[in-house]
Amino acid sequence: MGKNISGAEIVIQAIADQGVDVVFGYPGGAVLPIYDAIFQQEEVKHILVRHEQGAAHAAEGYARSTGKVGVLIVTSGPGATNAVTGLTDALLDSIPIVCISGQVPTHLIGTDAFQEADTVGITRACTKHNWLVKDIKDLPRIMHEAFYVARSGRPGPVLIDIPKDIQFAEGDYENLSKITHKTYTPPTSVDHKAVGKVIEMIQRSKNPILYTGGGVINSGPNASKLLKKFVETTNIPITSTLMGLGAYPGSGKNWLGMLGMHGTYEANMAMHDCDLMICLGARFDDRITGKIDQFSPNSKKVHIDIDATSINKNVDVDLAILADCHKFLVEALKIIKDRNIKNFPTYQKWWTQIDTWKTVNCLKYKANPDIIMPQYAIERLYELTKDKDTYITTEVGQHQMWAAQFYKFDEPNRWLTSGGLGTMGYGFPAANGVQVAFPESLVIDIAGDASILMNIQELSTAVQYRLNTKIFILNNSYMGMVRQWQQLLHGNRISESYSESLPDFVKLAEAYGATGILAKKPKDLDEAIIKMIETPGPVIMDCQVANLENCFPMIPSGKAHNDMLLGEDVSDEQVSNAIDDDGKIMV
Amino acid sequence: MNEKNPASTYDIIKVNENEEKHTLSIIVDDEPGVLARVIGLFAARGFNIDSLTVSETESKNQLSRITLVTSGSPSVIEKIKVQVDRLVPVHRVSDLTAQYGQYGALERELALIKVKGTGNKRLEALRLAEAFDAQTVDASLDSFIFQITGRTREIDRFINLMSSVGLTEVSRTGVAALKRGADNT
Ligand SMILES: Cc1ncc(C[n+]2csc(CCOP(=O)(O)OP(=O)(O)O)c2C)c(N)n1
Repeated sequence: MGKNISGAEIVIQAIADQGVDVVFGYPGGAVLPIYDAIFQQEEVKHILVRHEQGAAHAAEGYARSTGKVGVLIVTSGPGATNAVTGLTDALLDSIPIVCISGQVPTHLIGTDAFQEADTVGITRACTKHNWLVKDIKDLPRIMHEAFYVARSGRPGPVLIDIPKDIQFAEGDYENLSKITHKTYTPPTSVDHKAVGKVIEMIQRSKNPILYTGGGVINSGPNASKLLKKFVETTNIPITSTLMGLGAYPGSGKNWLGMLGMHGTYEANMAMHDCDLMICLGARFDDRITGKIDQFSPNSKKVHIDIDATSINKNVDVDLAILADCHKFLVEALKIIKDRNIKNFPTYQKWWTQIDTWKTVNCLKYKANPDIIMPQYAIERLYELTKDKDTYITTEVGQHQMWAAQFYKFDEPNRWLTSGGLGTMGYGFPAANGVQVAFPESLVIDIAGDASILMNIQELSTAVQYRLNTKIFILNNSYMGMVRQWQQLLHGNRISESYSESLPDFVKLAEAYGATGILAKKPKDLDEAIIKMIETPGPVIMDCQVANLENCFPMIPSGKAHNDMLLGEDVSDEQVSNAIDDDGKIMV
Repeated sequence: MNEKNPASTYDIIKVNENEEKHTLSIIVDDEPGVLARVIGLFAARGFNIDSLTVSETESKNQLSRITLVTSGSPSVIEKIKVQVDRLVPVHRVSDLTAQYGQYGALERELALIKVKGTGNKRLEALRLAEAFDAQTVDASLDSFIFQITGRTREIDRFINLMSSVGLTEVSRTGVAALKRGADNT
């Protein structure tokens, strides 16, 4: 039998047994026993955030960059409700996190007690699964099951709600970290025959394309290695979703850039014109497909995904394989080797066509000697940090899309962004989570002036733990992405999207005990970026950029892949007429 | 929105797919909140619930059987099944309609029907009840409660007829279903 310890100690011991060495959290009445247990041990370090949403995003950052499960601890009532945005974010982006929430004592549940909220009810829709622990005997099992569910299959957030009396109660603890779950059993093998069929389809195709997503990242760094090998072997052009950037190197020979609403011209045209689409760990999201009935009209589609609900959800496919991306790639390369296939088609014509699309140079922008263009700022940031051990996170808006377009990721787990939920306020706490996991690395949150204010309080966390997190604000004095849509859809009526009364970001940094740097002119940009990198501790760099720049290329909502708005040559009139009445209702 | 030209995935409308009724038998862990999870999924994703029954099963392992009748196009039914199956406490989902056909699965429902009236209407109600093999389980001078068991369609028909002879209240159990033969559902 195991040792007899308190529920609070069981929580911490189980976290340690799961190999997690740091948790993010915020105390309160209903979790005091857990905080007391934290105080009396050294295996698990606690990072005190300044808002529970920050704890959730920090746990996401930790998870996404390390491949481990992230953990947050919050108190009952407002602590739990503050975490809801982060849990939802993790659900949509398939990030494994475990949230431990305190609850009022068992006998007070349902009485509207102080700081009581129906946490399992509220979070049922934004977790993969959640538990209310009513008996100390169940706690060790539930703790370990929770980690298993969070990281298995399609990863995601889970929550364990623990009443205060259960935290005080004593029970037997056994290390059950190898536990699985009796009913939750995601696929662990791959259909050999189906993979063979995919290989044959590739051999027969003339215009194939690989469309990869966050599933490849979730499948572990080895999946990315094999993906590279698979692309080298087959010579298929490859594009990726926002969530999948870095799985195949951004500097790789077959890379077409990101696809979708703000993807490259060549990636979207290739998606439209291909005759074989292999979707690996992505989910045909509406940002990707554009107008659904004109989505890649002439292709056979193959979908490899660990989650059966993603298959045939938005787009019907010709061949579906329910498997982990890594397993699929192992099998595919094995079949290629076993069948001794050396002569994949060269796709000469297809590549020539793609090269023609590339000459459009869809990411070009008008340089300006006096004003920093946001694209230029990211380009410089990339050049000055690419040879370092760098992690990039983002907030949500134009800056996020420019970062995706202009920063090239050569490795997985280096790019962290809120894709599915589009959560402003994600980037900075996520960056702190990465920095906690990798104290020596360079971690930069590419932010917008509006987004950064959503979780700016986390600067206090960064200062407290001497994190070196850098915030690189593309300050355009607008909620730029909202302003862009207002220009596209609403006659350029800039309703409530001007960032009135912005703080002086340099002074703001200083008020928190961090460093602030201001850059206003292109000629000063490099020096400012270098100073940001070299200054120890947290830094806010206020990079003041052109105010009214739009993010292109763009597939206006309700349009097809081959109906893109390209940047440089569009007139304001074309911009304002780009979306027809049907498209207007889309988000 | 124009049906033929949906602007996005949000407006996918499968035009030429017929709606079908399917009976799903869902075995779940008998734990708090499990029914809320299943129903919440249907609500959140816009799936239909035509009828729902929940009860313990024969098993000693604290399992419950949720028998749920839903309707949708074949592709929607497929989506429902994989979505339900993905829920952590769900052991398995059997689609009785798809797996065993209309006659391979046994489906029964029970209804209590209160009828108020006197004179001819009252007599007619009794005659109809007899014709449908319904039992009279309560009677007063001006009312009856009939109990009828059978397939959903039969009960629908009975209720329809009763509404012209004084029906005032109906309470139905929802469908219970099992696969015919020796094998488990
Ligand atoms: C929490 C939240 N609220 C609102 C939005 C809607 N939204 C999307 S982008 C955006 C503007 C972001 O502005 P900023 O951070 O300055 O970035 P920019 O687009 O200017 O680069 C808003 C309000 C959101 N994504 N998240």
